[in-house]
Amino acid sequence: MDKRSWLRKGLVGLVTGFFNGMFGSGGGMVAVFALEKYLAVDTQRAHATALAIMLPLSAVSLVVYVLQAAVPWEPLPFVAPALVLGSFFGAKLLPRINPLWLNRIFSGLMLAAAVRLLFWK
Amino acid sequence: MEIVVYIAASLASGVIAGMGMGGGTILIPALTLFAALGQHAAQGVNLISFLPASIVALIVHIKAKRVDVRRCIPLIIGGVLGAVGGALLALWLEQDWLRRCFGGFLLVLSVLQFTMGEKAHKKKKEGQENQESPEERETREARDGQG
Repeated sequence: MDKRSWLRKGLVGLVTGFFNGMFGSGGGMVAVFALEKYLAVDTQRAHATALAIMLPLSAVSLVVYVLQAAVPWEPLPFVAPALVLGSFFGAKLLPRINPLWLNRIFSGLMLAAAVRLLFWK
Repeated sequence: MEIVVYIAASLASGVIAGMGMGGGTILIPALTLFAALGQHAAQGVNLISFLPASIVALIVHIKAKRVDVRRCIPLIIGGVLGAVGGALLALWLEQDWLRRCFGGFLLVLSVLQFTMGEKAHKKKKEGQENQESPEERETREARDGQG
């Protein structure tokens, strides 16, 4: 690996980590986009790589959040198991769903949430 | 009542995450909009509750040899610096400002996600159209002689 590709990779990591720490989410999507666009990684490997780097990055950000007492513990016993259960069903449902419309619905949901948050009160 | 919202929001986000999309981008707004959790708290909850899921996913990918850990090292080094910086900035920002920034971030992500999905679909469709159908092949072979 030459110096320039190290630098490019480091920068993609920096941006991904920054957004993931700042917003506590979305780093995976940033990583997939940046890996495909700036490092020419194919889609499947980009997803796998994004997951691989999200684990250490989320863990580091989480340590900062916990040290600053920003994590409430009460919701966790309800949130964590429901997430696991939901993702199991999601993975099962995936082959039966039209990917184009799934993407449209998901983008629409995000857009709606974005507008609601931007114009809060 | 809060508990019902926690469970419903997490189930829905889990389904989306299980389909390989960003579950956290749905969980966080659901927690702030319907469970009245602060923006910092919702982000913290998201960071911690996706850890177990990402550990499992990572093991699966490494076993299937889809991830080359050594090649990820520069990404992780840059990423750790960004992760600390981003987290510190988030905690330094006031609740309302962080929520607005998050809204802007979601807006950009939704546009990006939409266009990437449409592009991928178009590419796939073109790929199918470029493939020769059996009839086309027959006429070409007839035209070219031996085939």
